[in-house]
Amino acid sequence: MALELPENVVVSRLDELASWCRKNSLWPMPFATACCGIELMATGAAKHDLARFGAEVFRFSPRQCDLMIVAGRVAMKMLPVLQRIWLQMHEPKWCISMGACASTGGVFDTYAVVQGIDRFIPVDMYVPGCPPRPEQLIQAIIDLQDKIQREGTIAGREFETRERQFRKRALVEAVAPLSIDAARNPVIQRELRFPRS
Amino acid sequence: MTPPSPTADIVPALMARFPGLETSAYRGQTRVVVGEPVSLEVLSFLAAAGFDLLVDVTCVDYLEYRGATRRYGLVYLLASTATADRLIVRVFVDDPHPAVRSVVGVWRSADWLEREVWDMFGIDFVGHPDLRRLMMPEQFTAHPLRKDYPLQGRGERHNFPVLTREDG
Repeated sequence: MALELPENVVVSRLDELASWCRKNSLWPMPFATACCGIELMATGAAKHDLARFGAEVFRFSPRQCDLMIVAGRVAMKMLPVLQRIWLQMHEPKWCISMGACASTGGVFDTYAVVQGIDRFIPVDMYVPGCPPRPEQLIQAIIDLQDKIQREGTIAGREFETRERQFRKRALVEAVAPLSIDAARNPVIQRELRFPRS
Repeated sequence: MTPPSPTADIVPALMARFPGLETSAYRGQTRVVVGEPVSLEVLSFLAAAGFDLLVDVTCVDYLEYRGATRRYGLVYLLASTATADRLIVRVFVDDPHPAVRSVVGVWRSADWLEREVWDMFGIDFVGHPDLRRLMMPEQFTAHPLRKDYPLQGRGERHNFPVLTREDG
């Protein structure tokens, strides 16, 4: 039996819809301990305006957040606090490791500094830089939005991390260029219309 | 007109009261080296004589330092708020149990300063009311500013539980 749908009706899956809602209203938890925190503030402020991506509502209570942004070095006295805050955040939740120090310890290769938070808590996105520009953090949030849309959370698939880990977008494009939809890519279309001599 | 410098008067009085102290001067700053048994008496004397501010208590580890005969050199920086005069008092202690008497009873500002020196160098301040670590976590066992402690630690920074996605 054929069902006729009106033009203003879109058919989707509930999983897709939930992921779409989640990715466009991320509430960051700013775990800012060093100079990366200044760039994090700049990202949320007027010039770079994180509100364009629906992630401008910084909350200092882990109960209200679903995206932890660890910006800066984490001392070994701070790590139990970080883990406690991570456990206090509700599912679904994600984590961005911002800058060289949060990701690897950076130049602080000493007894007091944890050499990368991903040794002790799960991390979804890494942002390189010392400190990263706000554009880099925004790119990481855009990439994280792609990841949220792909993985979903209703089925709990994000727990099967090893099976579900996709390569980051830049790597996917480099490894598999044919996956780009050439007909809808304006850069490719322009190249086809005006080929470089 | 500036008030007369108390150091000029106090140091001779100190030498008369505690014979055998070693003093030296460098660029207008006076330094007194005090033996550990009388350090509390000397510092109390100086506090009563006008040095009402304890600016800092810190320590130097002279392990393998050229020409050094004793390992830890404590540094007390004193100042007089009335005359802006300063005096440096040094006390040397040694392993295996470096200890000196606390001056919290003389200057309250010594409380956290001595806790920091205990945390970083492991100098025992006898008589301190609350000698806990100030900077490192309570479970930490080493004293990291000692010269025989490795820069990258002994694995303390890796000794945490690992949280995974499954842990929630």
